[in-house]
Amino acid sequence: MSIKSYLKKDTSSAPLAVFRIGFGVMMLISIIRFWSYGWIEKLYLEPQFHFSYYGFEWVKPLGDWTYLIFIICGLSAFFVVLGLKYRLSIILFFLSFTYIELMDKTTYLNHYYFISILSFVMIFLPANAYFSLDNYFRQKQYKQIPKWTIDSIKLLLGIVYFYAGLAKINSDWLFKAMPLKIWLPSKYDLPFIGENLMQQEWFHYAMSWSGMLYDLSIPFLLLYKKTRVFAFILVVFFHVFTRVLFPIGMFPYVMIVGSLIFFDAKVHSKIIKWIKSLLKVFKVKIQNLPTSNFQYPKQKIVTSFLAVFFIFQILIPFRYLLYPGELFWREEGYRFSWRVMLMEKRGYANFKVVNPKDKTYFYVDNSDFLSSFQEKQMSTQPDFILEYAHFLGEHFKSQGIEPIEIYVESYVALNGRRSQAYINPDVDLLKEYESFQPKSWILAFKDEIKGF
Amino acid sequence: MKRILIALFAIFLVLSCSSDDSGSEINNNPNDGFDRQAMLSNWVDNIIIPVYTDLNVKLGNLVNAKSSFIDDPTQGNLDNLRMAWQEAYKVWQHAEMFNVGLAESTNYIFQMNVYPTNVNDIENNIQSLNYDLGSVNNNDAVGFPALDYLLHGLGENDSEILAFYTSNANAENYKTYLSDLVDRMKTLTQSVLDDWNNGFRDNFVSNTENSATGSINLMVNDYIFFYEKGFRANKFGIPAGNFSPNPLPDRVEAFYKADFSKTLALEGIDAIQNFFNGRAYSGTSDAESLKDYLDFLNTIKEGEDLSTLINTQFDEARQKINTLNDNFAEQVQTNNVAMTETFDIIQLAVVLLKVDMLQALDISVDFVDTDGD
Repeated sequence: MSIKSYLKKDTSSAPLAVFRIGFGVMMLISIIRFWSYGWIEKLYLEPQFHFSYYGFEWVKPLGDWTYLIFIICGLSAFFVVLGLKYRLSIILFFLSFTYIELMDKTTYLNHYYFISILSFVMIFLPANAYFSLDNYFRQKQYKQIPKWTIDSIKLLLGIVYFYAGLAKINSDWLFKAMPLKIWLPSKYDLPFIGENLMQQEWFHYAMSWSGMLYDLSIPFLLLYKKTRVFAFILVVFFHVFTRVLFPIGMFPYVMIVGSLIFFDAKVHSKIIKWIKSLLKVFKVKIQNLPTSNFQYPKQKIVTSFLAVFFIFQILIPFRYLLYPGELFWREEGYRFSWRVMLMEKRGYANFKVVNPKDKTYFYVDNSDFLSSFQEKQMSTQPDFILEYAHFLGEHFKSQGIEPIEIYVESYVALNGRRSQAYINPDVDLLKEYESFQPKSWILAFKDEIKGF
Repeated sequence: MKRILIALFAIFLVLSCSSDDSGSEINNNPNDGFDRQAMLSNWVDNIIIPVYTDLNVKLGNLVNAKSSFIDDPTQGNLDNLRMAWQEAYKVWQHAEMFNVGLAESTNYIFQMNVYPTNVNDIENNIQSLNYDLGSVNNNDAVGFPALDYLLHGLGENDSEILAFYTSNANAENYKTYLSDLVDRMKTLTQSVLDDWNNGFRDNFVSNTENSATGSINLMVNDYIFFYEKGFRANKFGIPAGNFSPNPLPDRVEAFYKADFSKTLALEGIDAIQNFFNGRAYSGTSDAESLKDYLDFLNTIKEGEDLSTLINTQFDEARQKINTLNDNFAEQVQTNNVAMTETFDIIQLAVVLLKVDMLQALDISVDFVDTDGD
């Protein structure tokens, strides 16, 4: 089948409509949950300093206006559910959500990045073609849409799973059962399984290996009709189980709802029927609308663009190959690569402010400047350490300490190994700058982790 | 319907996994589970409550000595009062790390040992006799450090000091403030001890869960905080100038009785090491402790012998402290290098405790309960 004929293929619009509703509902709940837990204040308003992504230093919390971003994000998610002004809503959602994520990289999570790029892809998908308020106002609906639109979501989900599985093929995960060997025994307070199963070494290995196999195979098991129901049961089980074990918030539910897209249109028509019957309870009248033929505008340009986007997605997780040394240790090229739950990393960073002229120095109390969460993230990631050192430099310069040099004595423990010195304590960090170049001032990792 | 079935099936799977293994494995495998509750009850029954009981007794003695002194401010009574202060202050070193329960909610620790004490605030309080000793503003005008000033710092020599309680125009005010300080320390300690004895003990011991509010997490965080802040920074780092451009010898603990500062620091390191090893406050018997917990986890992990590393580091810190001048203020002024060297040795255990131990125990230090990946 040639690409040309593939792009001409149509499929039912019901799965995408269900996906749009599921996605919007999950996002709306996520935003409300985030707000109600007081995380806007704790993460974005209370800290006096925020860690920026390289190139996005201009994205900062906006004081009380930060709430407005969350309001926009929540409202646009709600509009996505309704399918009302869909294109505008999903663009606003993408922008506001991504802005929130860019405000402070302390909170970086792979699944936030997933939401960002998924909502970006959704900008180009006709998710309001069916069962949306846009249909009602335009007085037409589309029962068929191009197949590639739904497939692009499947591809994105597939990439997330497959790469997460690929990343698990490493010697720590498979042959040392690390970090599960640290994490699972600490769940001793779980009912029924905490004090026995969670303490068993074979169980740590079983979880490591099955986790890897699950991630690698689930996209394919979901794709093939014969294994699909079984695969979906696995998805539900896996995500519910990890939700019980780890504090991973809404992500499991997002993935469970997201995986429904792999089912064929019949299932989605049933779901829509069920939603309709639910709406009837609330006395919402559902109008039958005339059906039109969907024509994707400028399909060639959009599909070419998305193809480049996906090639980019497939390549980006491998950018770590361009850097020397151990990825887990140096974390150059670690983010945006679906490396999930691979590391138990703890650190301690003691910053030394030196005045070389007076030959005086003193240590910084990190809690004067950082929240405990920021300090935790900072102490194990070189780009955080560098950015914080520059912040300290500015701060103490303004207090009259000049000339000034900043050094760090830092130790990091990775996946149960003993802590080792992390950053070269003799390097004045104020003379180093963030870039895509390898960071020469990270000390070598005194061990080896084989694998992806 | 279908999804409900699937959900039920998932729950069934989780449950069936668990019931498979509970019976036989738990008895056959000696490594199968560390008795966390036993560790908590060892902490409480053999360390925390005995420490508070002893502190309460010593503060009782302090109250008596204070009363005798106020009735009859003689050199002999002043010496007795100072001795009682020293005895209680030494026990305090064992109590400062237990910032849980009533101690936490009443800011007990901040009313007992915030130093440097604020002489201006103390003098103002004495002049006005209008104060709320529990107020946050008075945290640096109460407790052991304020007593230190009142007993050792008012004058150049003992007769000058005694004059404040005899011939001074405000002598009655000085007596009143001294009396109120001591009484308040006793009352606060009594209520913390009573709280432990009346119910809080059982609550604390039974709360074995691994969460931000679990007893082990709270205690371990307090323990590390005390080591890093109360011990390392307050007793060594701050006076040695590790956190300021210049050394600050007047920041040592017990500044007005500065030749007592080393004694207190040595008590501190003993308290820290004993807690780590689960050693009973009275006696030399060890029971379930962080050391045992780490050893147990090590059998799963086959990692390095962390508990030995930590104990070795504590021993080295003690040895180094022993080489210092009894008077830390003098030490800072005459040879601050020895002081900063001590700080560096103490610092190494911070890394072991905060990085290696917390990783092994999988205890979180940040209480912003955010999502993970």
